[in-house]
Amino acid sequence: MEAFKPVSSIVTPLDKVNVDTDQIVPKQFLKLVQKSGFGKFLFFNWRFDENENKKSDFVLNDPKYKNSQILVAGDNFGCGSSREHAVWALLDYGFSVIIAPSFADIFLSNCFKNGILPITLDQQLVEKLQQENGVINVDLENQIIKTSSEEISFKIDSYKKKTLLEGLDDIAQTFQYGDKISEFEKESKIPSVL
Amino acid sequence: MGKTLFEKIWESHIVVEKQNRPSLIYIDRHLVHEVTSPQAFDGLRMNNRKVRRPDLTIATMDHNVPTTDRSLPILDQTSSVQIQTLEKNCKDFGIKLFDINSPNQGIVHVIGPQLGITLPGTTIVCGDSHTSTHGAFGALALGIGTSDVEHVLASQTMWLEKPTPFEIRVEGKRKNPHAVTAKDIVLSIIKNIGTGGGTGTVIEYRGEGITDLSMEQRMTICNMSIEAGARAGLIAPDEKTFDYLRDREYTPKNYETLVDSWKAHLNTDNDAKFEKQFTLHIDDIAPQVSWGTNPGMTCDVTESIPSPDEFSKGDSNQKKGAEKALDYMALEPGTAIEDIKIDRVFIGSCTNARLEDLIEASKVIKGQKISSNVSAMVVPGSQMVKKQAEEMGLDKIFINANFEWREAGCSMCLGMNPDILSPGERCASTSNRNFEGRQGTGGRTHLVSPVMAAAAAIKGHFVDVRDMDLS
Repeated sequence: MEAFKPVSSIVTPLDKVNVDTDQIVPKQFLKLVQKSGFGKFLFFNWRFDENENKKSDFVLNDPKYKNSQILVAGDNFGCGSSREHAVWALLDYGFSVIIAPSFADIFLSNCFKNGILPITLDQQLVEKLQQENGVINVDLENQIIKTSSEEISFKIDSYKKKTLLEGLDDIAQTFQYGDKISEFEKESKIPSVL
Repeated sequence: MGKTLFEKIWESHIVVEKQNRPSLIYIDRHLVHEVTSPQAFDGLRMNNRKVRRPDLTIATMDHNVPTTDRSLPILDQTSSVQIQTLEKNCKDFGIKLFDINSPNQGIVHVIGPQLGITLPGTTIVCGDSHTSTHGAFGALALGIGTSDVEHVLASQTMWLEKPTPFEIRVEGKRKNPHAVTAKDIVLSIIKNIGTGGGTGTVIEYRGEGITDLSMEQRMTICNMSIEAGARAGLIAPDEKTFDYLRDREYTPKNYETLVDSWKAHLNTDNDAKFEKQFTLHIDDIAPQVSWGTNPGMTCDVTESIPSPDEFSKGDSNQKKGAEKALDYMALEPGTAIEDIKIDRVFIGSCTNARLEDLIEASKVIKGQKISSNVSAMVVPGSQMVKKQAEEMGLDKIFINANFEWREAGCSMCLGMNPDILSPGERCASTSNRNFEGRQGTGGRTHLVSPVMAAAAAIKGHFVDVRDMDLS
């Protein structure tokens, strides 16, 4: 995983609640066996009509947001299926920060494993950011979002922050506890399947 | 102070605990399928890592397998590659695989309990959000993403923030338990607490309305915990649980010793504290039908489609969501649910494709034909369910009514295989998600119980199944 760098970008406002991972990447694109190349499938059924022409009324198709790295969405973002393909699609498309009033649990966990920073903010602040036209800065180190008019601080668990900033390999970290895992296994009374 | 069942299972699986940090939790059972695992195995290969406990890991193929004749080749090349990739990965890493020709193949959440692999008091993970199903056995069962699949394969553990315990009490007795089912109970719960109502929690379902249920019905309840946003759903094990798992193909040899220990430990103490509580009284609940594009957008079969104002109760974002949902579903507020005509019926999925579901649905259609405007299919949850149903002659009841009778898989619950809705088609479905495009791009899904789906197939529109004789 790549280390998270400060982001300066305009925001893409996605004015919807309960955006589920079936919308983020529809099921017909889950058959690939690699992690790359999912960006072109992001919000596929909202971006394209049945003839695969761009729908003009969907925010991602507005050329203004072409290089945006920050998505600002409604409540309960990423609900539904556990598919990590949703996070791979957002990342591959170019988003590295997602801001919402709340996130679904599995989606939130998947973000941190792939170097996307999910920021939870109050509804009012989220709505304000959705109106923001200029470039904003997201500084994870100092936990600050800077807009043209104000600075908004955000909370993040210190360990998750470190993981993102250093791009740590989760599994390598866990292997440091190999002895503890072996000890646990010696005591476990749960039989093998086979 | 006493502890909840969830806290007891959690504490007995902590490998590393740190203040205000995620804990490292040991995983007793890891279930793997073809869609969310290839990238995880690739990650292991790239880092020269092996599977730590292949003996605690099993795999099957369910999400994109065809449900038609298994002797024919798979026409979809990308599906075929994904299936072959799982075969190769299981061979390379020494994992037991129930492949497409195995009599034990089926939806992973159906075969786990059927094979006695799911056990009370264990931690179970799978790269699929409906892993919550296994909570019906008093297991802490969590859906995870592919990175965590890789982490568990490599270390048999995962880092997890401790969820908070949420008590949902289901009180009372259903007047007509054949017509008002576990599906109606769980849809009623989600309708009340919302699709984000369980976020960050593990739900424990308690009360007479739960202990009265069979194991298969309890699985339907726990299965849909994720649709309320919960990390997992749990039901304390009892004699029904222990009986269900006794003498299955993979039931442990020391089963009775395990049962004794489960009886002693796996319950919530009387003085335990839940962070959150909700009670549903079920004496008078009606069969439920979803009308929108998430499972919280649901009403009684006797009601009409609500207006966005009625539904949102003043929340402007919810109102916008409801307007968009009605537009997608091509429904007008005020339309009676019973006046909604359907094109397709799907009886299947990890929510409602077990033997009992098929038995109950068959009672509705026995001796009748489905409406000429409807096409309908039954996709048993596993090849074992299919075989048992055929031994009882259920296949003939469905086929005589003009249902298609298929091989096991996830099928039209998510439409990764050829079983999909065409744009604009309206489906009465026993699955778990009515999201836009879930069953096929442009398809419209109404979530219902198996008996409600069967009744809709006969009539061509939704009907109150309480008016039918189901004895």
